[in-house]
Amino acid sequence: MKYMTEAILVGLAAFLALLGAAFAQDSLFQTHMWILFALLAGGTLVLLRNVHVTPQAEAAQSEESFYMDGVVRYGVIATVFWGIVGFLVGVVIACQLAWPELNIEPWFNFGRMRPLHTSAVIFAFGGNALLATSFYVVQRTTRARLFGGNLAWFVFWGYQLFIAMAATGYLLGITQSREYAEPEWYVDIWITVVWVAYLIVFMGTIVKRKEPHIYVANWFYLSFIITVAMLHLVNNLAMPVSLLGVKSYSLFAGVQDALTQWWYGHNAVGFFLTAGFLGMMYYFVPKQANRPIYSYRLSIVHFWSLIFLYIWAGPHHLHYTALPDWAQTLGMVFSIMLWMPSWGGMINGLMTLSGAWDKLRTDPILRMMVLALAFYGMSTFEGPMMSIKSVNSLSHYTDWTIGHVHSGALGWVGMISFAAVYYLVPKLWNRERLYSLRLVNWHLWLATLGIVIYAAVMWVAGIVQGLMWREFDSEGFLVNSFIETVSAIHPEYVMRVFGGLLYLLGAFVMAYNVWMTIRGRVRDEAAYGATSTGPVPAE
Amino acid sequence: MSEKDIDAVSGVETTGHSWDGIKELNNPLPRWWLWTFYATVIWSIGYMIYYPSIPLIEGSTMGISGQTNRAALKEEIAFANQARAERFARIESEDLETIKADDNLYRFAIAGGNSLFKVYCTQCHGSGAAGGGGYPNLNDDAWLWGGDLENIYLTINHGVRNDEDDDARFSDMPAFGADEILERDEIGQVTEYVLKISGQDHDAELAVAGETVYADNCSACHAEDGTGDIEFGAPNLTDAISMYGNDRETILAQIHKPQLGVMPPWGERLGEAGVKQLTLYVHGLGGGQ
Repeated sequence: MKYMTEAILVGLAAFLALLGAAFAQDSLFQTHMWILFALLAGGTLVLLRNVHVTPQAEAAQSEESFYMDGVVRYGVIATVFWGIVGFLVGVVIACQLAWPELNIEPWFNFGRMRPLHTSAVIFAFGGNALLATSFYVVQRTTRARLFGGNLAWFVFWGYQLFIAMAATGYLLGITQSREYAEPEWYVDIWITVVWVAYLIVFMGTIVKRKEPHIYVANWFYLSFIITVAMLHLVNNLAMPVSLLGVKSYSLFAGVQDALTQWWYGHNAVGFFLTAGFLGMMYYFVPKQANRPIYSYRLSIVHFWSLIFLYIWAGPHHLHYTALPDWAQTLGMVFSIMLWMPSWGGMINGLMTLSGAWDKLRTDPILRMMVLALAFYGMSTFEGPMMSIKSVNSLSHYTDWTIGHVHSGALGWVGMISFAAVYYLVPKLWNRERLYSLRLVNWHLWLATLGIVIYAAVMWVAGIVQGLMWREFDSEGFLVNSFIETVSAIHPEYVMRVFGGLLYLLGAFVMAYNVWMTIRGRVRDEAAYGATSTGPVPAE
Repeated sequence: MSEKDIDAVSGVETTGHSWDGIKELNNPLPRWWLWTFYATVIWSIGYMIYYPSIPLIEGSTMGISGQTNRAALKEEIAFANQARAERFARIESEDLETIKADDNLYRFAIAGGNSLFKVYCTQCHGSGAAGGGGYPNLNDDAWLWGGDLENIYLTINHGVRNDEDDDARFSDMPAFGADEILERDEIGQVTEYVLKISGQDHDAELAVAGETVYADNCSACHAEDGTGDIEFGAPNLTDAISMYGNDRETILAQIHKPQLGVMPPWGERLGEAGVKQLTLYVHGLGGGQ
């Protein structure tokens, strides 16, 4: 009886959500539980419609190939969908910064939209990309079907529920005000359950592998899953005020709290956005280039040095604060030492292309991967540089940081994920090729131009801000008021919107291309990069 | 794996493993990469020896430099203050007119006042001191509580209508409508009169009646001729300069239930020298008397 148990369990959960709404201690919790009830009740209905009372064992078997790819297909679609949502909200908040009248109170003001943007791009877009690719990669590189049967589906849908609850919570004003960890305690507990299930699926698949060795991509994926679990648990230690209310109090206070938050925040960058996506890179780059990984030794050394050093670098977010000097020193030197371990991934990725550089002319997907690696290299140089205290005293609290983050997020995380999506879609839906390679090239250039504009104007804005804040006149008095430094960078804020729009437009091109590929269309176009005519002699 | 697996393109040996067709070359670590890595490690060790770095049970190692953020900041502030100490002391002790007469000291005070204004005053009065939205413009010569040095000093030092400072400027215009002091008709009439004396379009008939209402209820503070009185912070009603607006509706609303501005006292926060610098700066904006 397919889906019967699942339908009953989700239905029960919906009932519990209803009880939560009924006995809620505050109106926010009540609203949030109503939303949860609506989502779960909807889920129950969908499951019930699919219940088969007669055994369908045979049909089920022929449905699925050796690998479990259904969940990967859903993951790819979720990646594209949340990507567009996240980029769109990003453009909206960029507009709000440029034109403050666009803050619509109370649900759509900047304070609530900003965590919506960061969580949508990091956890919804990036998280789904990591879920989908890790499930795909771990099966191929272990020659084993995902462990745990439908547990993978639980991970996928549980993760989407987490995203929905987090996002609606932000708009309602439910937040514990911890950057990149804004969801309140009950959503935190839920994602912990989902994450443990994710770990079980991934670990289980590795354990039952049919390959003698564990491929490097899986080291990175595994380090990402385990470390994020640890970071999440420690950072979110809190005591709820009531079991039926939204509010909780953190276990930490003062500078200890600040350090805990940045230990989490920086390693979310390190293990979610770096290690996880390096796992992605280590599979899709050699596959797309059809070349072996450049150096096995480099992959070992840079993996271990990266994960050992990254975890200590968080204090560089708290230079010149109440954080003790020794901790600032350590945060800085560990960041400096992190430079080469980070670059190890870039070198291994780029050098994997040696012997295949000519493919860049004909393969825009590969070109996208190279750009991703280039942006990765650039931001992992910029990061250690910005962690140097004297540089940080200029860059800290300015838009330079925002530019840095986006060159990494849009350039590295975004581009490598897009490339993986383009690689996966034809394979997952058994299509001969993508609908259009030319559209991939359009996406590539729109995104690149968007990033370059975004990052460049934020660098300018950040340095202008930093210099204006510290400007003294000859008598030793500060020259600028804060608002003057804000008006000074208004043009950059407007240009940032333009950069973001280009990036968003590129994502729409991707969505169209993916949609048409899934539908089985093939665009009638000249093969990409094939110069049909050669040089034409003058007449 | 008995035989060596050589990659045909690069001629480099692989590790012999293959995952879903992906192999790994057995290239050594790039030398430049390794040496740069070593260099960052060595540099880091040097940095840790020079600066505070290793936590101990009490405090931490202080490094060769013994340099901490706090100490460095203290030093810089002390240095900056030392260079200016004499001038600050003079501003603190001498009266405003004397400071103003000394060109060098006056220039210094204005620069300091400008800087203070940007940090503490722009939030309400705007970065150009033009006010707006219920906050007075400080560039013009319309003053609620007086625009000479002494009055500006008093206003900044103690503020207006705040609870923190007993010497704060204080006045309280009655809510003529909300507290039913005047009839609705009378408020309408006096509104027309205020429109008249500020030189705007008005209903002449009602304004005549309004003149009597004004004389009985308003002239005590705003003066017989409507030019106001800085004693009470009562604005001049004849000059079309207004914090809340000059149109009929706003005047009506203001008489019905007035909005009354509040300003915090700055004396304690900024000190004598700070308040004096601000006074000279604001006085020098253009409207000082």
